[in-house]
Amino acid sequence: MNVAAAIPPKDPMLPHLYRVTDVGKETPDTFTLTLKSAEGPNGSIFQPGQFSMLWVFGVGELPISISGDPAEQDRLVYTVRSVGRATHALVSRRVGESVGVRGPLGTSWPKALARDRDVIVVAGGIGLAPLRPMIYEVLRHREDYGRLVVLYGARSPRDLLYRKELTAWARHGETQVLATVDYGGLGWRGHVGVVTTLFKYARLQPDRSLAMVCGPEIMMRFVTQELQNQGLSRDHIYLSVERNMKCGVGLCGHCQYGPHFICKDGPVFSYERIRPLLERYEL
Amino acid sequence: METLERIIAEHPFFAGFDRGFTHLMVSCAANVRFGAGEYIFREGDPADTFYLLREGMVAVEVPAPQHQPIVVATLGVGEILGWSWILPPFQWKHQARAVSDVRAIALDGKCLRTKCEENHDLGFEVVKRFARIIEERLETTRLQLLDVYGARR
Repeated sequence: MNVAAAIPPKDPMLPHLYRVTDVGKETPDTFTLTLKSAEGPNGSIFQPGQFSMLWVFGVGELPISISGDPAEQDRLVYTVRSVGRATHALVSRRVGESVGVRGPLGTSWPKALARDRDVIVVAGGIGLAPLRPMIYEVLRHREDYGRLVVLYGARSPRDLLYRKELTAWARHGETQVLATVDYGGLGWRGHVGVVTTLFKYARLQPDRSLAMVCGPEIMMRFVTQELQNQGLSRDHIYLSVERNMKCGVGLCGHCQYGPHFICKDGPVFSYERIRPLLERYEL
Repeated sequence: METLERIIAEHPFFAGFDRGFTHLMVSCAANVRFGAGEYIFREGDPADTFYLLREGMVAVEVPAPQHQPIVVATLGVGEILGWSWILPPFQWKHQARAVSDVRAIALDGKCLRTKCEENHDLGFEVVKRFARIIEERLETTRLQLLDVYGARR
């Protein structure tokens, strides 16, 4: 029996072989990997906010948000923080080595709803990674969106992701980029304070804005509260939620979050939809 | 030409403030500038002033022996700097450094305290506004202490 022929060509459980073409160090523990398909130019099309299951052969499989430009369809880019055995193995891949990729999976940021609106991106820590494709999308299709406001918080200046890009994005018209850190040294000339303190300096038009938020859950709780204080309605706030995902397609139940499976119904949800769950600490 | 009274009235900290109160405060106010890197006040100095920031950024620092000062917050346009002038011992608990060139309105704390004692309506309104600022900064400090971006090892 030909085993390969027995596997449906689009089986979501089957990883596709990709090769590492670049590894860049973002911070002392966070790296950005660029992967290209080893099975030919079959395209790596995804929507901003989606994730993949990345298989480090012999070690394990990890859910990682895609952090690259959706317009670059010949590659997949991931920003990974090394916090455990599997993530350490992933960021230790060298150029030319292979990684298994399942996906793209999950829901995406609401591009259609954001059309003609100001887009407010609020990110904390590595939460900027799943939002970066949406920032690329807005900057690449500037005429389709209103103002872009990026508010980004990190632990310290050395923990800020994509520092050069933050500066470059701020140079675009109709774009405001503000970054803050929780702990600054004397050499840091930017803001110090939690990300919500940046709202004072943001030029917002709440009645014509849509907010996209990603970061630690506790941060998202305070950010959603502040967005509402600023005048945004709940149905114009979207969040990306993280849980321990395994199958990636809503079968195994590892990532169950109330009535939802994060891998299939998320990771991007409207705040209105998951607000009651965010306030339940046992979930 | 912008008058001090108008500048004070238009500062966000005094939004909705009674015009009569603003008029009372003008005699305690002065325009000040600080160059980038200059210390506006240092820990232990007499706290006899507070500042309405109009331009630039200020770092609030905690000095640490044998270490560089720790920046705990930055303040910018539209914010106020300093509340140690309100209560005894009227000494700065932290220090403030101009990160960039700073323009501000300095309000003489002793002068303002006297006016607040003479006019309790003014005093109550001023203390209420400071209480809101103190509450906001306490809240953001609590969030900083959570270290939410730290690795969960």
